[in-house]
Amino acid sequence: MIKLDLQKTIRTTQGNELLDVQLDIWENELITLFGKSGAGKTTLLRMIAGLAAPEKGFLQVGDEIWFDSTKKISLKTQKRNIGFVFQDYALFPNMTVEGHLLFAQGEKDTESAHTLLDIFHLTGLNDRKPAMLSGGQKQRLAVARALARKPAILLLDEPLSALDEETRLLLQDEIIQAHKTLGSTTILVSHDKAEVVRLSDKVYNIEFGKITASGPADDFFENNTPRGSFTAQVMETSGENIVVMINGEKVTIKNSNNNHAVKIGDNLLLRFTDRGLSIE
Amino acid sequence: MTLPFSFGGILVASLIFNLPFMVNSIQAGFENLPQSLREASYTLGKSRWQTLRKVLLPNIKPALLTGICLTFAHTIGEFGVILMIGGNIPGKTRVASIAVYDQVEALNFDKANQYALLLFLFSFIILLVIYSVNKEYMKWRKV
Repeated sequence: MIKLDLQKTIRTTQGNELLDVQLDIWENELITLFGKSGAGKTTLLRMIAGLAAPEKGFLQVGDEIWFDSTKKISLKTQKRNIGFVFQDYALFPNMTVEGHLLFAQGEKDTESAHTLLDIFHLTGLNDRKPAMLSGGQKQRLAVARALARKPAILLLDEPLSALDEETRLLLQDEIIQAHKTLGSTTILVSHDKAEVVRLSDKVYNIEFGKITASGPADDFFENNTPRGSFTAQVMETSGENIVVMINGEKVTIKNSNNNHAVKIGDNLLLRFTDRGLSIE
Repeated sequence: MTLPFSFGGILVASLIFNLPFMVNSIQAGFENLPQSLREASYTLGKSRWQTLRKVLLPNIKPALLTGICLTFAHTIGEFGVILMIGGNIPGKTRVASIAVYDQVEALNFDKANQYALLLFLFSFIILLVIYSVNKEYMKWRKV
């Protein structure tokens, strides 16, 4: 169980804003912080990691108190058992794939490093350095490295935002798989609705430093999306999935209506009904 | 050991005199590294010292090499500081640049030319080796 109550002044485009967030996260839960950029999602993640200092508040992970402003407790980043996946991956250019995992482990354990390489489909790339990896492979390595020390919390800062649609879907599956296998409590920062629905148990919407809405991922967007119908243009298709442009945002939807072949450039009528989304 | 007019003296003087070149290069190297590398190492539980040794220093090798080349080039041709601190004692503090100066003063231009050529070849070869090693290294870590 993670109890979190943190405050910090952050700079946004609208001037200074107080980031003020209270959260209770259960063990093995995968939650998402959702919201526009500049809302304070990354700052919150960095405060949990100890990379940014809160002005006031309290943070307890399990039985350990990581931060308490009234008792002047603030654990160093090194003392917090976390895994952090940075937006730019932050891989070490001088280390091999295997070297990353061995470096990350507290005690060297080649066997468990190889298990991780297996889970993230990196076996065979052991001796490569980051410069010789593709974007998807780099991302996998970043997550594998974060998990190598068996963290109490895994923090993912928009980990898939730099990848193309296909790789992203693939990696979402791998993150789900890794989460099931290793069961770390996970906090994901994302602004991709489709990704949030696929990955997380619970969503917290952050706007201007405050949580404005929360709920299970499926209901969350249902309740927070105006019902009705609108048209959207098809941008990409891949198997069952269609990527459409809605209000200037790319959204991936599943084409349940297999009778219709959809082509790029087609205009679709999307209708929200009680049974979900219907495509015409 | 007394520092004036000794090899130890010109060594210490050159070290102090050239320190800024090395410090500048290393500083630029650290500044060019993404902040997230250091933070990533911290999130893996590594101390500042471990981070410096295993993550930061290995990734500023090109900057270290630049610093080494700059200080080398600056030191090998050094004249004023050496003459002030070490004087011109044969077999003790007479460095190549002072030997050239000595021969010119004595109007032995042939000898001066030979020394100058030696100095030139020595510097050239050393810098050539350093930069070709660096180039291989850059090729291999290219992102």
